[in-house]
This record gives sequence, C-alpha cells and structure tokens, in this order.
Amino acid sequence: MGLACPIPLTDYDKILMAHGGGGTLSHQLIQKMFFGHFDNELLRTEHDGAVFSFGDQRIAFTTDSYVVRPIFFPGGDIGELAVYGTVNDLAVCGAEPLYISAGFIIEEGFSMDELWRIVQSMKSAADRAAVKIVTGDTKVVDRGKGDKIYINTSGVGLVPPGVEISSQKIQRGDKIILSGKIAEHGIAILSAREEFDFETSVKSDTAPLNHLIKKVLETHPDIPMMRDPTRGGISSVLNEIANKSRLGILIRETEIPIAGDIRAICEILGLDPLYIANEGKVLLFVPEAKTESVLHILRSDPLGEHAAIIGEVVNDHPGRVVMKTAIGSNRIVDMLSGEQLPRIC
Amino acid sequence: MKYLDEYRDARLVKAYADKIMEITTASWTIMEICGGQTHSILKYGLEELLPKELNIVHGPGCPVCVTPLEMIDKAIAIALTPGVIFSSFGDMLRVPGSTHDLLSVKAMGGDVRMVYSPIDAVKIAEANPDKKVVFFAIGFETTAPANAMAVLDAQRKGLDNFSLLCSQVLVPPAIEAILSSPHSRVQGFLAAGHVCTVMGFEEYLPLVENYRVPIVVTGFEPVDILEGIYMTVKQLEEGRCEVENQYRRVVKREGNPAAKKVMLEVFQTVDRNWRGIGTIPQSGLSINEKYSKYDAERIFNVDQILTAESRECIAGEVLQGLKKPVQCPLFGKRCTPEHPVGAPMVSSEGACAAYFRYHKQSDFA
Repeated sequence: MGLACPIPLTDYDKILMAHGGGGTLSHQLIQKMFFGHFDNELLRTEHDGAVFSFGDQRIAFTTDSYVVRPIFFPGGDIGELAVYGTVNDLAVCGAEPLYISAGFIIEEGFSMDELWRIVQSMKSAADRAAVKIVTGDTKVVDRGKGDKIYINTSGVGLVPPGVEISSQKIQRGDKIILSGKIAEHGIAILSAREEFDFETSVKSDTAPLNHLIKKVLETHPDIPMMRDPTRGGISSVLNEIANKSRLGILIRETEIPIAGDIRAICEILGLDPLYIANEGKVLLFVPEAKTESVLHILRSDPLGEHAAIIGEVVNDHPGRVVMKTAIGSNRIVDMLSGEQLPRIC
Repeated sequence: MKYLDEYRDARLVKAYADKIMEITTASWTIMEICGGQTHSILKYGLEELLPKELNIVHGPGCPVCVTPLEMIDKAIAIALTPGVIFSSFGDMLRVPGSTHDLLSVKAMGGDVRMVYSPIDAVKIAEANPDKKVVFFAIGFETTAPANAMAVLDAQRKGLDNFSLLCSQVLVPPAIEAILSSPHSRVQGFLAAGHVCTVMGFEEYLPLVENYRVPIVVTGFEPVDILEGIYMTVKQLEEGRCEVENQYRRVVKREGNPAAKKVMLEVFQTVDRNWRGIGTIPQSGLSINEKYSKYDAERIFNVDQILTAESRECIAGEVLQGLKKPVQCPLFGKRCTPEHPVGAPMVSSEGACAAYFRYHKQSDFA
C-alpha cells in the first residue's frame, strides 16, 4: 500500500451537476475535498478571492470559470460575463481590479464568427471595467468533448489602504444593503434556453461593480463586508456569511427589491428568487450610522438605483438566516440544496 | 403581483387568524391533503398563528413522496437502457430508489433530462427519432390531463418512440383510506384546490356523507389556507359536515370537463401502491388498452425488480398524518435534502423537506 491520502468522505461516488450548483453539495465538495487538502490561512477566509501583502501593497487574486449555456443570452454573453465576474470578485474583496487573464477551452467546430463576437465583447467589457486582459491561453478539445466554449479568467487588483473586507468584522446591528433587484441573471438564462417556450423581456444584470464599489469605499473605507450574490443567489451568500461570522441574519421579504415580471416567472415555475443568480449586484454589511450615506452613494449610480436595506445582523439564531415573511411570520432561509438551474455562469 | 399579493396580505392573514381563535372552543385535528398546502403552511409559518387546540396534520398529497419504490426502480432501469432518453419533473430525479436515484443515473451516463411539461418530452421525441423517449408520468388529478394530452399529441404526430411510465394517483380514494383506518385521528380535511380545479368536488359528497367529516376545497396562499381552516373549524364547532368551496375563484362544482375528458380517453382506474402507505383500491390511473403502445411498462421489460425500502424511515406514518417529520429519528441527521432516506425529504412539497427547510429547529423567535 502506498502512503497516498484516502479520498475524503463524500455522500456520492460520482460528481453530480449539483456539485457545481453553488448550494450545499458544492460547499461539501469544496470543504471536504479542496479546503481540507489545500488548507492555508488565505483559503480559510472563504472569500471570493485571496488578499495578501506584497511589499507594502495588498493584492487581491481570484479566478473563475464560465460554462454558461447558452453562450449568448438576453443582456450579455459568456465573454462579458467572464470579464465582469472576475472583476466583481476582486471588487468585493475591496480591490481595484487591474489585470485579468483569459483561458479559452474551445470545442472543435465552434464558429469563428461567434468566437469573434465573444472576443469583441470581452474587449468592451474590459474597457468598461477599466481592466486589461494581459495574458491568456487557448486549448481546443475534440468535437463532442466540450460544449462550444468555456472561459476561465483570473484577475489581480490592489486593495487601497484602510480597506479590509472580512466576515469577521461584521457586528451585531450592521445593516444589510442590496444594490438592486434580484434574480435577473438566472431568469434571463432560463428564458434563453430552448426548452423554455415563454417570451419575456427579462435581461441579465451582468455588469462591472468595481466603479460603484469604489465610490462607496472612497467615502467609507471601513465597510466590513460585501459579496456579490451570484450562483445560489442572495440566500446562499447570506448563509455563508452567517455561518462564517457565527452571527444571525434577519431579512425582510417585503424589502427585497425584485421586478414584477421576475417574481411572476418565479411563481409560475416554482422557483424561489432568493436562490437565483445575480451578476451585477452587491450585498453590503454597513454599520447603522453609515447606511443612509451608503444608500445615497449607491442610488446615485445607475447600477445601484434600486438599492435597499433588506435586513440586519442580529443577536438571535447565530449562524442562521431568517426571513420575516410578507405576512409577518418567520421562516428559515437555508442554503440552496441541490441545483436550481445548472450552468448559469 | 395581482391575484397573489391579495392572498398574502398581512392584515387579512391576521384577521382570519383572529377569527379562528375566536370560534375555536375544542381541540380538532385537520389534515391538509395537498403537498402544495403543506409547503405554504411551513413556508409562511402559519401554524404559529393558530390556536393550540388545532392540530394541523399533513396528508399524502405530495406526488413525489407517494410514488412507489418499484416505480422509481423501474424508472432507473429504463433510464439505464441504451438508446433511451428518460425525462421527468425535476423533483423526481432526486428521490432515492432501492440503490440510487435518477440523478446518479445521469452521472453514470444515462440520458436523463428534467422537463417542465410532458409536452416538452414529446418535442424531445420528435427531435430524436432514433431514441426512445420516456416521460415519468407521476402526480394527482392535476398532472393527469397534461400527461394524457402528451399521449394524444404523440399519436397526432405519429410518434412511435414516445411513452409514459405512468404512476398517476387519485385523491378521493386516499382520503377514504385515511378515514377508514382505525388509527386515523383526522376530523376535517382541506381538499386540494388544484385537484378540484380539474375534477370539481362532487366526488367528495359521498365521503362527507359516509364518514361525517367536513371537507373544504382550499387554495394555496396564506389567506386561502387560513380561510379554509376557518371554514373547517366553523363546521366542526357547529357540528356540521359538508363539502364547502373556499377556492371559489378557481374551482367549479363540475371541475374542468375538457380536462376530465382527455383523462378518461387515455387512462383507466387501477389499484395503486402508495409509497409508505400500501395499496389503495382504485386509487391510480394507468394507460388503457387503446393507448397501450404508449405505456413504457409494456415496452420495456422491467417487471422483475426487487425493491428494498429503508426500515427506519417513517414516511408512511408522516404521509398519513400519524406522525410529524421531527418525530423521525433520522430527521435532520441521516436524512437531509442532500442525502434523503425517504421521499418526503426530497420534494419541496414533501412534509419532511418543508420542515427541514423552514423549521429545522425552533430556535428563532
């Protein structure tokens, strides 16, 4: 017998789609398989990126892969998403994104014309976010062994002095601000899938958040925590934060911004919008005294015009997210179990 | 949102809760039949608003939960057959069979697809003439018309590669089974609004007559459910037992004749095994002789299947309203939505999943 470590125990002997869904199974996989083995102090922060010092500078570093289907969807495409997704992961670490890489895995037979559209879209997204794509890689796999194109982007950025984003800095009484309406990206992807035969005007909210977040941090560098609620929706991110900080989170159903058509589609399909992905929204934890100012900054930007206080950090139910429902009762908002919509980013 | 927000109005909810409190003088056990209602009750925490004298128990109306194990094993066997595209509603994919679930079949290389409608499965059959496309037709009277339509649609299009694995169930025989059980404590029922949208409510009249229980056809929103409970308690307190219709904005006495007609055309009534409960006479629908070429059980040789049910799971008692999910020793420990032991932990309409999701522990105010 060799000395190899045993495979960490998981409940499944094969990978399921839900292992990539951003819910409980994803977390189990990451915790048991990756965190346990790669363990170090940076990984342990469990944020969207790692922040470390280099000389007297603090650098944020992140990576993300994009496998969205379809690759062109209302309000965006895989290229734009790949740039903004990594930009936003850096931005919620408190960093100003600078450089990103682009790795392409392309299926044999993929249309050159579509690739060109994606490249153009990535260029204009990088310009809008004020980042440069400075390195990359291209691989081609046999026809049938990939699904058109997958893109990986990594990014680095600088964290300004005085900024430190950490779930450990959250305090009881902090207000939770959401920068806009939820569930638009997930529903836009859903409506673009061939198997869904309904017509909507819903567009993905894909957008770079770095300029908006920079404005907030310039006035309030001491914002303790923020995250962009992508896969798994706001409920998964809030659960991660509650769990990591060991504090309770209370949100109010009636305060959560959501468009009427999105709500209607969710009702019809039996989807809970709290679990549906966003690609241009940020959740901020803000000390109560600063909430009005932060709201004002957010609302004066088109990307934050629907910003609202959706809840606060409380003494009760540590580690758990509870929602005051529209009828005034309480319900637990748990982490997404399984997958709601596969391959949305 | 119009037609929804009115039924989630906090003031109306409070008004009905107060009215129920006012008229309740004795303790009553009321069962909501439908899993959709179970979900709403737990999601909105409606039990918090009711007097302690009222015991709300959850019925067998989660289609995913009552689909018998041998059907799931048959589904898995068919899905593993080369050349088959197996399609199903999403919840069904995670229900544990004897050895694994349909999602694992997908990971093992089976072509298993989640669809939102059986008509979409027909479209898949049209687009894949070289494959056999099977749709897992489960559910109550609510899903039966659309599943029958899918068969008629396939026939109209001349498709010979489409079939249903049919495990449809019916509500009134299940109510009768519960009422005739010596263990039953149920004194009144909230009937399932959507089932009655299709079937109407005339078939509940003999049940009320024979078993002397009030049955109130009820909707799914918080205000609907509280009004349904109010109407049931009122009957109980006044010593009446009648079929009443809370869900008037949707349900008509005769139901939907067009939907009933397509059901009658394609299906026949059969005895059906309910998971955790047992066989209930004339409680299921299967494909009739005329449409037998669309019956997956006749197309695929899947009769010789040995099933093995978990011995510790108390799903049967939960589904009959005899126990609550939290009384199960496995609840939240070995049985969770990620790793369900019993079917009620899978579907959002399953009582165990609803308890786990919304009321894991009562550690919040």
